[in-house]
Amino acid sequence: MIAAARLVLIALTRFLIGGHARWVGSEPTFEQRIYFANHGSHLDTIVLWAALPDALRSKTSPVAARDYWGKGRLRRFVALDILGCVLVERQAVAGSDPLAPLTAALAEGRSLILFPEGTRGDGSSIMPFKSGLYNLANTHPGVQLIPVFLDNLARAFPKGAYVPAPISCAARFGAPLRLRQGEERQAFLTRAREAVATLGRPGEV
Amino acid sequence: MDDWRIIILLAGVVGILLAGSLAAFVLSRRTNSEAMQATVRNLQSRVKAWWVMVVIFAAAFLLGPTVTLILFALTSFYCLREMITLTPTRPADHRAVATAFYVFIPLQYWLIFDEWQTVFAIAIPVYAFLLLPVLTVLAGETDHFLERTAKLQWGLMLTVYCISHAPALLVLDIPGHEGENFLWLFFLIAVVQLSDVLQYVFGKLFGRHKVAPRVSPAKTWEGLIGGGLSAALVGAGLFWITPFSPLQAGGMALAIVVAGFCGGLVLSAIKRSLGAKDWGTMIEGHGGALDRMDSVTFAAPIFFHLTNYFFVP
Repeated sequence: MIAAARLVLIALTRFLIGGHARWVGSEPTFEQRIYFANHGSHLDTIVLWAALPDALRSKTSPVAARDYWGKGRLRRFVALDILGCVLVERQAVAGSDPLAPLTAALAEGRSLILFPEGTRGDGSSIMPFKSGLYNLANTHPGVQLIPVFLDNLARAFPKGAYVPAPISCAARFGAPLRLRQGEERQAFLTRAREAVATLGRPGEV
Repeated sequence: MDDWRIIILLAGVVGILLAGSLAAFVLSRRTNSEAMQATVRNLQSRVKAWWVMVVIFAAAFLLGPTVTLILFALTSFYCLREMITLTPTRPADHRAVATAFYVFIPLQYWLIFDEWQTVFAIAIPVYAFLLLPVLTVLAGETDHFLERTAKLQWGLMLTVYCISHAPALLVLDIPGHEGENFLWLFFLIAVVQLSDVLQYVFGKLFGRHKVAPRVSPAKTWEGLIGGGLSAALVGAGLFWITPFSPLQAGGMALAIVVAGFCGGLVLSAIKRSLGAKDWGTMIEGHGGALDRMDSVTFAAPIFFHLTNYFFVP
């Protein structure tokens, strides 16, 4: 039942918006990874998840906001049962580590899909990255950080839309990024954001 | 249904494709140079894509008109998707874009299925033409308003309205030729595609004078005249699958060739004005679906109208 629902979701994604993977700077491998991407649409999570090869998809958990994906039975079903999401709180709760669910998933050996902007932009520019990516890079130096640019998604399913418009989208996977020795938080986050933005200007890659 | 005719046609098409596959195979054994190898690889992938398209077309015929309609609806869908993907739409256009896809594609093909010809002829040119800008204006963004709505209207006209005239041939009633409609659709598609291939071949062999070097550098007068006339001759030779006399069939084929050539040229200019070389990557060796359908967008409505005007009482 779940497997069938997954197939339907992937088939529907391919039919409506394509969402194929373009591995421009890295290859799909079994290494443990954190994929981090720009965020312009609720479909981002589904498209990046669907773009991964089958074997990697089952070992990868998207990180999703509890206040959106945790609400309502359908959304919870899609987020938890189909996509296998890790839900996080966007508003910090005093006395708890917001990254704890992510650290737990990484400890199980799973890869993560992360949207470091924290919220959806309008698709025209990428907003500054939140610190979570830096913190995970710092505590998990063995995990590869792969920048991903999701193309056209804000056009296919903009804020406030009810149905996605059939516009071809693509996920471009870039070269792995490393936290440099003693690199400052802000410098690293700027560099990570720039890595995603560069993938969005394909003439330069 | 005159089954023997479709069997002869299919045998002919399979024969041509076998010859193509064989030629590509022999060439791949003989050539050593890098450039020729690339040309042969392109030929191989084109022939392979043709096999797939012919199998799909044959399956559509075997499974009946409803499946053929669904097939063309999907073709319209993919062509419109390619066109809108290259068009820089904004969030404010979303409602109009979604309506074009989810309302007007099914509606247009349902109208053919229902044989409701009067509405089929005006649903998009009148109702979609007027409704889409209303949906866009409600989003309140006036910046580039005319360009944004015009691009969507053009996309819907070319990829849905124009292409839908090909399967619309299936519902024309010509006394004395009942049940032969699929053969006319075959006639249209065969002449268009043959004309494209022959123009390419004649252009490669004899091409000197370019028709529109800035728009489509591969199109030459020699290719157009040599390929176009050959395709018209083949069309005249196919009169036995149409309601036309040999001369009329040649004239119809000529109209298809000229319209198809114009379609290829105009679509090429649109593609370039949107800053792309191919419409997409769907068909290996051919670019996108719209790269294969560009001539059909112009040829289908012209052929439909001429047939309907002169041969339907």
